[in-house]
Amino acid sequence: MVDWAMRNRAEQSWRRTLITPEGVDLNLRLADAWQRLGAFLIDLLVMVGMLALLHLVLAIILSITGRSGREVSAILYLLGLFVLRNFYFILQEVGPRAATIGKRATGLRVVARSGERLTADRVIARNLMREIEFYLPVSFVIGDLARGEADWLLALGGIAWVLIFVLFPLFNRDRMRIGDLLAGTWVVRAPKRDLQGDVGNVWEGSPQFRFTDAQLDVYGVFELQTLEKVLRDSRPEAIVPVAGAIRRKIGMPDDGEGHDYAFLTAYYNAARARMERGLLFGKRKLDKYDTGSGTGG
Amino acid sequence: MTALTNPRTFRAAREHEWGQLEEILRRAEERSVRALDDEDLRALPVLYRGALSSLSVARETSLDLELVTYLEGLCARAYFFVYGVRTPLRSRIAAFFARDLPRAMRSLWRETLITLLLTAIGALAGYLLVMSDHGWFDAFVSSELAGGRDFSASTEFLRNALYDDGGENPLSVFAAFLFTHNAQISLLCFALGFAFGVPTIMLLIMNATMLGAIFALYASHGLTFALGGWLSIHGTTEIFAIILAAAAGLRIGWSVVFPGEKTRLAAAAVAGRTAALAMVGVVLMLLCAGLLEGFGRQLIVEDWARYTIGGIMLAFWCAYFYLPRRRPGADG
Repeated sequence: MVDWAMRNRAEQSWRRTLITPEGVDLNLRLADAWQRLGAFLIDLLVMVGMLALLHLVLAIILSITGRSGREVSAILYLLGLFVLRNFYFILQEVGPRAATIGKRATGLRVVARSGERLTADRVIARNLMREIEFYLPVSFVIGDLARGEADWLLALGGIAWVLIFVLFPLFNRDRMRIGDLLAGTWVVRAPKRDLQGDVGNVWEGSPQFRFTDAQLDVYGVFELQTLEKVLRDSRPEAIVPVAGAIRRKIGMPDDGEGHDYAFLTAYYNAARARMERGLLFGKRKLDKYDTGSGTGG
Repeated sequence: MTALTNPRTFRAAREHEWGQLEEILRRAEERSVRALDDEDLRALPVLYRGALSSLSVARETSLDLELVTYLEGLCARAYFFVYGVRTPLRSRIAAFFARDLPRAMRSLWRETLITLLLTAIGALAGYLLVMSDHGWFDAFVSSELAGGRDFSASTEFLRNALYDDGGENPLSVFAAFLFTHNAQISLLCFALGFAFGVPTIMLLIMNATMLGAIFALYASHGLTFALGGWLSIHGTTEIFAIILAAAAGLRIGWSVVFPGEKTRLAAAAVAGRTAALAMVGVVLMLLCAGLLEGFGRQLIVEDWARYTIGGIMLAFWCAYFYLPRRRPGADG
């Protein structure tokens, strides 16, 4: 369990303060690089799909009208391409959800860094920068491939260019693209989630466990909440070793009858009740290393 | 224990309200604000503040991670909705054209003067260089763009290029092509401003020298006046738009290099937003220029008419952007 505490601190470094006018910190969680990449890839797929649809519609128009439809389809194609390239992201992010299809699918949204409302100028600024970040080098390389004059040097140059901008978010703490930098925005997690039931319901017939205060004080909030996750997932391959580890730590021998889940539930309930009582008296033990000497953050 | 201090009863007592808030948010996000009736709109702020206070209580008294995470997510969603933009789209667009766009353009006046000067210098340099040595022409104008218009061409050929209607392409396609092409170039001009404005300036000067070189070519055949008409009908709009796009790019580069009293990041963010607004205006101007070039220039072949339209367009843009205007009420 040693690296859990470290993971806890790492998690804290993803959090950003946003105080509402009511004075409550929303404690936003930044999106990490993989989610951003996933959202972008989904958007890219959707855009390719829309492009294919545009081609299809134009092909149908042409097949119906014959030569007379050529003019209309050429205009539709040019304008459609332009709108798709420049406004796909902008039009979706100015909406109330402040997210594209890809961002919705990965549970992300765009937020102004200052906590103000997200205005259109920010959205426009952050998305116009995609021009140099992605479209320009990619369209150069694709254009040359299409004309059959792609050479490796140019392709490599294009890839290097894209990589510099794509990897840019990894080199700052806030995971900002160049566009985010210029618009004063960042991308946070805002997934829709349902409230799941409380864990720690004891069913009848399960054995009774009694714990001493010393046994309950071994762990801190972080370990308790990790235990909550384990119970919620309730996968046997996690339950058994966790139960074993806790038994060893608090010096309580295994009864050997496979009541691991019941044991963990009982320990969770007892420890949580004790810690929550502590909270009311202003005591919060952050994790098992917390001796209570610090201010506790 | 009372309901407030026992986390489990607290949760059971409040869960209903959170569900109501979530339902309202779901409907508002999936459709629009208009999907909410008066009762929902009245309940929303109350439910939102209730959820916030639940979050505060849960953070202080409950160790149920699921509960705190859920409430954080719910409160964040509600916060963005309650304090988000809720003016209808139509009045936002009206405010953009009446106030935000001219203001953004005006605030770029210093950069606009610089890019205007650079364009003039570039055009003059291109003109003088090509006049002194015709060999420079090929350096400034790529052969595929010139399309046979070079110093080996006859006066007759050059004159026809000014009054001919665009070749085999239908006019509307030509206009659409010009618009998308120019708009993409100007967006690039803006985006490249991030690299301290250097590529923006290079692109601008390249464009200007090309202009000067073509003028030199036509001047050497005594066709300056005709070329001026051919160019000005759409060029006053198009070149102005390019100058503004470069100014927007320059503003970003400038603020990154010289952030002033703000941090570099904050300065870049402020400049980026102003420049982005200006770029919307630039794209609209280029749409006008594309229409003027695609239709107007091909249909109107009278030199004076071309000059007049070009002059009116220029006067219109200048008046729209720079004329001081009354501030409607409390300006902000």
